[in-house]
Amino acid sequence: MRFAPILSVIAAFLLAALPLPDSIVAFKPDWVALTLIYWTLTAPPAFGLVSAFFIGLALDTLSGSLLGQHALGFVLIVYICGKFRLRLRAFPVVQSTLIVAALLAVNEFLLLWIDGIAGRTVPLGERWPPIASGTLLWIIVWSTFDRGREHAPARL
Amino acid sequence: MSAPGTASNGLGLGIRSLGFRALLLTVAACSLMVIDHRTARLESVRVALSFVVYPVQMFVDAPPRAWRWAKTTFAERQELLAENERLRREQLHASAKLLRLEALEAENRRLRELLDSTARISDRVLVAEILAVDMDPYRQRFNVNRGALDGAYVGQALLDANGIVGQLVNVAPMTSEAVLITDADHAVPVIVTRNGLRTIAVGTGDHGRLRLPYLTNSSDIEVGDLLLSSGLGGVFPAGYPVGRVIEVRRRPGQSFADVIAEPAAALDRDREVLLVWTGDKALPGLPEAHDTDAPAVDEPASAPAVETTTDIHSSGSTHVADARGAP
Repeated sequence: MRFAPILSVIAAFLLAALPLPDSIVAFKPDWVALTLIYWTLTAPPAFGLVSAFFIGLALDTLSGSLLGQHALGFVLIVYICGKFRLRLRAFPVVQSTLIVAALLAVNEFLLLWIDGIAGRTVPLGERWPPIASGTLLWIIVWSTFDRGREHAPARL
Repeated sequence: MSAPGTASNGLGLGIRSLGFRALLLTVAACSLMVIDHRTARLESVRVALSFVVYPVQMFVDAPPRAWRWAKTTFAERQELLAENERLRREQLHASAKLLRLEALEAENRRLRELLDSTARISDRVLVAEILAVDMDPYRQRFNVNRGALDGAYVGQALLDANGIVGQLVNVAPMTSEAVLITDADHAVPVIVTRNGLRTIAVGTGDHGRLRLPYLTNSSDIEVGDLLLSSGLGGVFPAGYPVGRVIEVRRRPGQSFADVIAEPAAALDRDREVLLVWTGDKALPGLPEAHDTDAPAVDEPASAPAVETTTDIHSSGSTHVADARGAP
């Protein structure tokens, strides 16, 4: 399990690069951001700010965005998550989901904003479905994986 | 990685804190973005990172590649025979056309010599495969499996059998990133074959549409007009089809007409594209297009460098003159 964080990030990269049919491509969640959030909330956080930064740079290369665009978003996400780690872990699913939705929205907004500053044209309407699908995914992941993790020490 | 850590030894508390590191990395990210946006100095960083990303691209592209391989390997004999027959016929047609074209080209060269105009040197091409890797879904970009090792360069034009596809924007050693002509941030200088009208075709973000926003209501443009690349920007070689006008709307209240064209290239169906070396880039000295399945590696352009430096301008403008002179 020591390599689980790295393997899951690689898996997230593969999912991000996977071509999807046109009908659902707009709903493709930000896999890497979700993975980073998850591993920042685990018992010892698997990723720090610096690794988030470099993972962001790699994603920038993969997706052809400005170098540093995803890196900035990930650093911000991991910082906020790290700051409120303990509280986020104690929150019930509904509350943590709301916060994750807010984090994903902040990430998307940053990407959109930077695209705007750099003069790249971005269809505004297509930015929001990934937040919705990412949030849905979070509910599933958080209630399956981390519930077990939370309850295990309680039984000891 | 170690910058905040080493700094903390000398500067005391607070500097190792989460907030300080976040601030530092934010500043780093912002400056990277500014440098990347304004200059081309981060090419080496991109190249280094591309080695990390390359396995991901290859892995994701593997299933479609395997599927294509299986399809050709296990194809029915009948199908193969039929395809072979069809290709043979196409080849016959194409070579017959080529014969005529060669005669025309020779004649053209002679006439240009008579006119004392510079000769257009022929372009060198190399087949590149499009990788089935999803990029930013909001922009029309894709990856191809050729890179700097094959001699590709930033700004290189991409063609398919029907016309211009796009150009390279980032070149890694083994892969390159290309932008389609229909990307909302892309524009191609074009010329209308019917009357030599020069304008610019801008992408819309939609695979099937180009916009010609700089034509006034009184300009002579009609549905069905063929648009060729004019070669004026210096990126695309002159004389390749870009698209065909499918809609012209002239609204009396506005000074510019709404003109929509359909790209000539099969932008959303292509699996392979051609990288083109044009102008002085087509001269020998660069890595030779040694690919065995490159169909039409033209005669190695042996025109002296002096002539080719002015090639872009002269060929563009003479093209206009030619087209205007035509009835």
